[in-house]
Order: sequence, then C-alpha cells, then structure tokens
Amino acid sequence: MSAGVLRIFPPEMVVRRPHRMIERHIAVYRRQWLIVVSGFFEPLFYLLSMRAGLGSLVGAVSVGGKQVPYDAFVAPALMAASAMNGAIFDSTGNVLHRLKYARIYDAALATPMGPADVAMGEIGWALIRGQIYAIGFLVVMAALGLTNSWWCLMALPICALIGLCFASIGFAGTTFMRGWSDMDIVNTLMMPLFLFSATFFPIAAYGSWAWVVQISPLYHGVALVRAANEGVWSAGLLGHTLFLVVLSVAALVLAARRVDTLLRK
Amino acid sequence: MSEPLIRAHHLVKKFGDFTAVDGIDVEVQPGEAFGFLGPNGAGKSSTMRMISCVSKPTDGTLRIFGLDPVTDGPKIRARIGVVPQLDTLDTELSVQENLWIYGRFFDLSRAECRRRTTELLDFAQLTERAESVVDDLSGGMKRRLSIARSLINEPSLLLLDEPTTGLDPQARHVLWDRLYRLKQQGVTLVLTTHYMDEAEQLCDRLVVMDQGRIVAEGSPRSLIEQYATREVLELRFAAGTNDQFADQLHGLGSRQEALPDRVLVYADDGEAALQEVHQRGMRPESALVRRASLEDVFLLLTGRTLAD
Amino acid sequence: MAALATPGAFRVTGWYLTAFRRLWKMNLLSSFVQPMLYLLGLGVGVGSLVDRNTGSTSTLGGVSYVAYVVPGLLVTTAMSLGAMESMWPIMGNLKWQRGYHGIAVTPLEARDIVLGHATWIAFRSAVAGAAVAIALALFPDTRSWGLIPAVAVAALVGVAFATPIMAISVNSEYDGAFAGIQRFYIIPLFLFGGAFYPLSQLPTVVQWMAKIPPLWHGVVVARGFTTGHVAWWATLGHLTYVSIWIAAGAIVATRRLRRKLYP
Repeated sequence: MSAGVLRIFPPEMVVRRPHRMIERHIAVYRRQWLIVVSGFFEPLFYLLSMRAGLGSLVGAVSVGGKQVPYDAFVAPALMAASAMNGAIFDSTGNVLHRLKYARIYDAALATPMGPADVAMGEIGWALIRGQIYAIGFLVVMAALGLTNSWWCLMALPICALIGLCFASIGFAGTTFMRGWSDMDIVNTLMMPLFLFSATFFPIAAYGSWAWVVQISPLYHGVALVRAANEGVWSAGLLGHTLFLVVLSVAALVLAARRVDTLLRK
Repeated sequence: MSEPLIRAHHLVKKFGDFTAVDGIDVEVQPGEAFGFLGPNGAGKSSTMRMISCVSKPTDGTLRIFGLDPVTDGPKIRARIGVVPQLDTLDTELSVQENLWIYGRFFDLSRAECRRRTTELLDFAQLTERAESVVDDLSGGMKRRLSIARSLINEPSLLLLDEPTTGLDPQARHVLWDRLYRLKQQGVTLVLTTHYMDEAEQLCDRLVVMDQGRIVAEGSPRSLIEQYATREVLELRFAAGTNDQFADQLHGLGSRQEALPDRVLVYADDGEAALQEVHQRGMRPESALVRRASLEDVFLLLTGRTLAD
Repeated sequence: MAALATPGAFRVTGWYLTAFRRLWKMNLLSSFVQPMLYLLGLGVGVGSLVDRNTGSTSTLGGVSYVAYVVPGLLVTTAMSLGAMESMWPIMGNLKWQRGYHGIAVTPLEARDIVLGHATWIAFRSAVAGAAVAIALALFPDTRSWGLIPAVAVAALVGVAFATPIMAISVNSEYDGAFAGIQRFYIIPLFLFGGAFYPLSQLPTVVQWMAKIPPLWHGVVVARGFTTGHVAWWATLGHLTYVSIWIAAGAIVATRRLRRKLYP
C-alpha cells in the first residue's frame, strides 16, 4: 500500500473485532444485571407521572393538526429521550473510567484489537443496551394504550439511530475530557436537550425561536418517533433522518481518530 | 545466525520538541533475555511502547518478527505478550475472567481460553484466588496476574516494563522465579528496569540507556568488567564533609566518586584501599567493601546515580 | 439546625467549606441552572398548555402553573442536593480519601461530623435556593416575599434527606446502593412528590406513599408561603414532621459513624 493510501485509511482503523469489547461488558454486567434493569424505570416513572399528574391539567395537544392526549404526546418523546440518556450514560462516564482510570483500553490495545474496535465496541454496547430499554418502553406504551398501529415498531430502529448518534457524540466528547469534573458539562448540556427538544410541549410554542430547537439532535429523534407512533409519514422525516445520520458518521470518525491519538501516541 | 526477533535501526521517538528516544540500534535474538537499563526518563518505556506496536516511531526502522509495526500491528501483537509498567487489570472482572476475556481479545475459542486460564492460574500461583475481585489482590499477586494475562496467547516474545517496581523483596523473588521458568521454556524476554539486581538476575544481555541514547551494551558481567573495577569501597564521613575528604582520597584505586551521602572508591582490591585510607589518617564513620555492580557501571558512564 | 449544632460541628462545616472553595463555581452552576431550566421548560413551556386549559387553574388552587411549580422546584433542588451530597462524598470520606478518619483522631467526634454535615447541607441548599429565588424575584409573576421563608423550608428539606441517607451511606460497603436510592427514591419523589401537580391527581395509594418522605410536606409549606395562603397550624405540623426525619437520621447516622470510626 502506498503512503498516501495509508494516511487516509490507516490499517489500525479497520474494524475487525468490536464484539470482543461487548463480550467483556456482558461478563461485567452479568453480575450487575440489577443496575441494567433499574435503568428502565426512570423513563417509565416519567411517563406515569406525566400521564397521571399532568394529563388532565394539560388536556389535548395538537400534533400535525391532530388532537392527541398529553400522555400520547409525551410518550414517544420520552422514548427518544431515554435512547439519548442511555447512549450518553454508556459513552461518557463509563468510557471515561475505562479510558483514564481503569485503563481497560490500554490493555485491549496490547492485543490484536485496534482503536476502531474499541470505539465501535463501546458504541455497539450502548446501542444494544438502548434497544433493550426501547423494547421495554414500547411494551409499556402498548399496554397503556398509547400506541396507534404496528407502525410503532419503527420506533425501535429510530431509537437505535438516536442511540448511535448520541453514543458517538458522547464517546468523541469523552476523549477530550480532562477528568471527572468535566462530567458536569455533560449533565449541564443534557438537561436543556431533554427539556427543549419539543419533548414536553410542541415546537409551535417557541415561535420565532423554533430554529434553536432544530439544532438539537434529540428534536429530530423525537419528531421521528412521534411520526412512527402516529403512523403518519411525510417527506420531512427524511430531513430528520439525514440530520441524525450525518451527525452520527461525523462523530464516529472523530471518535475513532481521537482514540487512536490518545492511546497510540 | 537466525533472523532477529526485534531489529531497530536508528529508532527515534519525539513528543513535540522533546526527544524521548534518540536514534537507538538494537537487535534481540530468539530465546534471549534482553534488558533496557536506565533511570526514569531514559526512554525505556517509549522504546517498549514502540516495540509493542502502540506507538509509531518518529524516524528509523523497526521490525518485529521481520514485520513492520506500522502496517502489521495487529499481526505482531497477536504473537507478543505485554506487561505494562502500571497494571491495566480489569477491576470489574474476577481474576479468572481477566484471563479469559483477554484471551477472547486474541480470538481464542472459549474452550481454549478456559484451558489456558487453568494452566496460567497455576503458573501464577493464583488458583485459589480465581474467583477473587482484582482489587482484593496484593501488589505481588496483581503483578503475577498481569504476567499470566500477557501469556494467554502463548507469545514467543514477552515485553515487561518495570516488572517488579513497587514490590516487596519477597514478591520480587517469586516473580523472578516465574520469569526464569519462562526463559527456560524458550520465551524471549525483553524488559526494562532501573534495578541493577533485576538486570543481573534476569538478563543475558542489556543496553544501558541515558537521555534517549544507548551508552553501553553487553552482558551484565562484561559491562562490569569493562567499565568498573572488581571491587568498590564505600566510605561514609560526617554529614557534609564528603567533598573535602574526596580530595584527600586522591590517587586511591582507579577512580573516586563523591555522592551526597557517601564516597565510592573503585579498586581491584577494596581491603587494600581501605588500609590506605586509614594510613592517610582518615577515620570514616563506616566503610564497606563490595563487588562492583551495574549501578557502578551506570554511575561511571553517566556521572549520575540511577535514582536521579 | 444551627441551634442543635455544637461548636465542633461548625469546625467540620468549615472543613467542608475549605474543600469546596475550589469547586463551587461548577456546583453553583448545576444547582442554579438546572432548576432554572426546569422552570423554563416545565413551568413556562408546559405552563402555557396548562393555563389555556379551562378548569386547570382551579385544580392548582387559583394560581398560574409557573407560580404553582416555583416552590416545588426550590424544594426538589434542595432534596437532590441533600441526597447527592450524602452518598458518594460520604463514602469517599470513609473509604477513599478517608477525610473522616482524619477528623476522628482530633478532639472532634462522630456527632460533630454528622451535625457538621447537616449544617453544610443546610448552607448549600440555602445558597442554591437563594440564587434561584433572586432570579425569580426579577419577574413580576413569581416575585413574592414568601420566597424567603420558602428557601428556608427548602434548606430544611435538604437536611431531612441528607441525614437519613448519610446513615445508609455510612454503613454501605459498595456504592451500588446509591444508584438504587437515586432511581427508586429521589427520582420518583421528584416526579410524584407534589412538586409539579397536586397529589390529588394520583391514585390514593400513591398519594399515601408520597406523603411518607419529607418532600411533599416541605413543598406544601413552601407553596403556602409563595402563594400567600399560609395555614399556620398545618405548617407547624408539616415542619415538625420534617424535623423528625432530620433528628432520626442524625441519631442513626451518628451511632453508625461512631461504630465505624472507633471500632
């Protein structure tokens, strides 16, 4: 291979065995399955609280000209938000610990595993865990009568895309962190995303500030899950999908490159 | 002569403006126990990281098993074992899980991982602690687990960066015994150390590194013979007076070195030199005659002690 | 709390303060910015949906949704602060940095550490609450003298979560329990504790469960102050109940800490 080709496509950046990293996590979480299971309850509590407490106070909300009860409005948003939260949780604090303190990746890179395997393994794990929560949440939604048709199953791949996007961003961001105190930045950024991505009230409420909301990747995720749940498809959804895909790919490339420079200096 | 396992020619590693490794030439033959000796910051660890294919050389050529680490990193790493300076054990896994998960990183089958795990736990004398959490192990046990883990892929080349730093004397001897067994099994050992006794115990051949360069090379014995005298007389005078006594010692033995806490006199016959000291009317607070060691070689080569 | 605290406890509080000086900016940010974001997102945003829904205002006792949520946010912020500061930091001071072992060899003893911690939480909650209250006072909708006693109530609730959780943390060997406390005590209370809507919206069983911890009692009292409808006898009852939580937590925590530090 010529030097030019090597620079663009270095052999160490090839993904060969990311599943090995996932095997490691399964071994760890076999003992801590209770922690994994308990992660499912947070979005569930939010949903039940919104349904019982705010449902009758708010009444109906209009989505695309259709009047829907408040819990049916909030549920898809909470599903998307929990995909984001799970992905961020698995790709920031946990990764920081393994990268800087436990030095798990240093150990992995002494084997045939490469930096791209590590990055993809971590992001893959975040996705798997996120899908488990998403399936659980969808079952609860169906049980509460908040789903409209079989189209709601499309919410699962959409949550995977949301998870991929945030896990890649989280992982890439974590490689820049100096220590635990930087985790506060993550929490401070997550909260406005959670609250202001047309999650709890429609984007129309923002008036001329709506464009700010549209910067939020979660907003696009919420719009997609809501569309899936309503079974209403439109061309505009392609734009939401494209936004998330482009962001994911960019963050993935950055993440793999950063691991390479951090661990193989 | 067979193809060397490691062949480095004019190897350079720079971090920004700082040159950690400054053009070294090294060849390691199969079955050898080879050591990099030098103080902290001499460039040993940077060299080791390049050999273990996790750090790209800035300049020069490096071949391991005849392969280039830049293009064949994964292939090379599949055949080497690495024991890093600081343990990178997985504290979320048990002792035996550490071994078999690591084996999976090498694409070994589950059955193979379990078989080797059993063997290696025995080798590292950790069979009874197989289910323990890593955090509960002593420093020596963690080190032995690190070595066991590095052997999971049955490597033909084992890299050990400061294998016994921070261990108590008993734990070090247990570890040396294990490494000696590996050497007898034909595993090529490459280690860094700043302990003279370790280098003398384990290495067939070593290079002395200082400020990124190789300043001497040979077997421990030949280095001592070449650069030091047979014996060394260590004298301690009242605090703060070493320098003034150093003048009075002039001409004694082949060379003198005044250190902050003692004065060293290099002489083939230490006892004779001590008698001469007494004849010149000096009364040191303590005097000791010992055989010369690699510590002396390093001091004579660089003018500094390894502890600096 | 100050009346209960010994001079020794104040020295422990001073020790906390010294350690905190380096970190206060980020902490103030999270304990000020987070409630403000919730106020904006839920209070104003969801509030716009609630207020245009006829009939909701009477359910809320005749006030706008923002005015209804404000005391809830003050008190839940103090709850999170009191709980969080009494989990990992306590374990850290016992197991990792071992700060309490350092104190244990001085004339100070377990009671001083517990009361010092309580005073520290009261102080932190009050500062965080005051920052939010000042921001609220800038807007006519939320401006009220009642904010001042409401901040004091929030501080009290912060301590009522701190001492019982400290009692648990002192006896914990691993930090696994903390995720459980967070997920199954603090977050459910945040959502079902009467901060964002009246408890009467919930099923009776849930209402009773929500009334056991100190949060709801604090929210009701604080809301009385900020909306200007104070029922004095009920207020006294609620505050007594909150104080019982503080005292019970402090007693158990002291006993356990003493056993840990002087085995």
